[in-house]
Amino acid sequence: MTTTTTPEETGAPAGGLTTDHSRAQADGAHSHGVVPQGSRAERLTSFDLADIPVPTGREEEWRFSPVARIAPLFEDRLVGQSGGGDVRVTVVEAPEVSVEIVGRDDERLGTAGKPGDRTAVTAWNGFEQATVVTVPREAVASDVTSVRVEGSGDTPTASHVLVRAERHSEAVVVLDHLGSATLTETVEIVVEDGAHLTVVSVQDWADGAVHTSSHRARIGRDARLKHVVVTLGGDVVRITPDAEFTAEGGEVEMVGLYFADANQHQEHRLFVDHAVPRCKSRVTYKGALQGEGAHTVWVGDVLIQAEAEGTDTYELNRNLVLTDGARADSVPNLEIETGEIEGAGHASATGRFDDEQLFYLQARGIPEIEARRLVVRGFFAELIADIGVESVEERLLEAIERELNKSMSAIEGGGATDAEGVA
Amino acid sequence: MSTLEIRDLHVSVETKEGPKPILRGVDLTINSGEVHAIMGPNGSGKSTLAYSIAGHPKYQVTGGSITFDGQDVLAMTVDERARAGVFLAMQYPVEVPGVSVSNFLRTAKTAIDGEAPPLRHWVKDVKSAMQGLRMDDSFAARSVNEGFSGGEKKRHEILQMELLRPKFAVLDETDSGLDVDALRIVSEGVNRVHESTDAGILLITHYTRILRYITPDFVHVFVDGKVAEEGGPELADRLESEGYDRFLPGAVESASAASA
Ligand SMILES: Nc1ncnc2c1ncn2[C@@H]1O[C@H](COP(=O)(O)OP(=O)(O)O)[C@@H](O)[C@H]1O
Ligand SMILES: [Mg+2]
Repeated sequence: MTTTTTPEETGAPAGGLTTDHSRAQADGAHSHGVVPQGSRAERLTSFDLADIPVPTGREEEWRFSPVARIAPLFEDRLVGQSGGGDVRVTVVEAPEVSVEIVGRDDERLGTAGKPGDRTAVTAWNGFEQATVVTVPREAVASDVTSVRVEGSGDTPTASHVLVRAERHSEAVVVLDHLGSATLTETVEIVVEDGAHLTVVSVQDWADGAVHTSSHRARIGRDARLKHVVVTLGGDVVRITPDAEFTAEGGEVEMVGLYFADANQHQEHRLFVDHAVPRCKSRVTYKGALQGEGAHTVWVGDVLIQAEAEGTDTYELNRNLVLTDGARADSVPNLEIETGEIEGAGHASATGRFDDEQLFYLQARGIPEIEARRLVVRGFFAELIADIGVESVEERLLEAIERELNKSMSAIEGGGATDAEGVA
Repeated sequence: MSTLEIRDLHVSVETKEGPKPILRGVDLTINSGEVHAIMGPNGSGKSTLAYSIAGHPKYQVTGGSITFDGQDVLAMTVDERARAGVFLAMQYPVEVPGVSVSNFLRTAKTAIDGEAPPLRHWVKDVKSAMQGLRMDDSFAARSVNEGFSGGEKKRHEILQMELLRPKFAVLDETDSGLDVDALRIVSEGVNRVHESTDAGILLITHYTRILRYITPDFVHVFVDGKVAEEGGPELADRLESEGYDRFLPGAVESASAASA
């Protein structure tokens, strides 16, 4: 049996499927997709450029994207980060963690799944050297390992990072993307049996940056991955995290936070592949949008394969539209090929800033600007607390404050939709 | 001593079909220390009056005035009104996810007083006010009104009134949906604030029940967007036995005769 849940079909097969569309609002800022072409399982993946052609923009996986702005990253020949590319990767690692720079031929590369779209395949074919971060067997990292990906130009560049948590190790790795860049990137994540790994990827690019990134994670027996994506800066950011379970007892928690301003395109397309029994996935993405032309896309594909009995999955996306002229697309998509599941559900909601909340707070003496701050901080509060990496949490609170200051000055200036004011 | 004066107030509500007139010439004067009960059938415009005083953007004032100690209330923003000392306990308090009660109360107190309350006193004040209203300590950490029962929301409104100490409070059907115990606890809270601050109170209710705990100095019967009859507490007793029937359409003459 295959069940694809979309608004048109929210059947609940045996096994406790819950789908929640009750909170989704059709207010123009929210749209569900058409039923995807075929099953997500049938999507072609390959290391070969020839297998995945340059998209036209009409493909399912590109239909929301500004392909013209991403086009430089579709080219066959990109430069690697060390071969004249404009991107530098530096790592400050915890004492227990090792870092290597390796060539393309290193056999550890390319083990966490294959590229699934054009920018993923150009990233794979374009990089010259990869950064490999290894948390050795049974090591417990005493500090955060920080990978800084810094851009300094707009030459189309490819880069590759591999994070490996060996058996029963524990670590937190934070990838930071800063500066100006036109970058397609692969982040491979291998979580071996019993390891607990947190990977945080922050996209805090300067204006003008174009960034695509294919995150591909493999999660072993009883292993746990917390995968956090934070997207704030850059013109176009498109992240496609894939998580695949390779043995029973695995858990993945995927958390995302994004804040889009005028003319920013921020896209997050997730794929969780429950290929084996008794694994658990939780996806929680929340975004705020403000300003003319701010566009966010969230697509959450979850596939529960026929063998994946006892799967427990839930995904949620919420968007808060702060001003007119912004658009949030949200497409949860759950495919279930077995009835023997623990639980499966999704929820998606996009709402405008709630004037009743504003009134309530103002009626207690709180000025409008401060009231808006409280509401937006409140919207993200729980998610930020869930990240569990203190330095990241603090940075996020500051970043939200910064973003809010932009919209507040637009509101104070009398025009919440003034694109220039919030750009 | 403060005075809130409402003169010939006309208010429309925005609807999809355009503005709809609700209040049709309301006159009321409320001084510090006075308790005024407004009683009226559902849909008579009681909440509209409450929201208009607080400044809800959905309600358009099309005529008349509201002044507070001579200041033009209608010219003030919602938060300015609150900082001037006007408080509204809402009939349907709003949920604010992710904002804790303690953060909310402290932010509001700081805004109203113009400075942060001294921490030690504040913590004590919040605790004792919560105890007085039989609210569990755990409330402080919960999101504002989120998942609160009807009774909990009303207690939370009165908690705010106790802590913010307004000069003038409108209580919009604070009694609705409360069981007898909760009604008594909430009423005691209102009486505490009233006694300790000498606030003027406009108590909006559909039922006379709450008036057994909070004694009004004046009772106004509100029908079809204006005050149809006024009197002392004895008017509430009459409403208790007779209901609103004589004020409703078809009984227009007897109503006007009674108020004449
Ligand atoms: N947003 C609105 N849209 C349309 N009609 C409204 C709206 N708000 C209030 N009304 C109408 O105004 C009248 C008075 O409402 P309200 O002030 O809530 O009365 P009360 O509090 O006395 O029950 C009612 O007829 C109600 O239906
Ligand atoms: Mg009402």
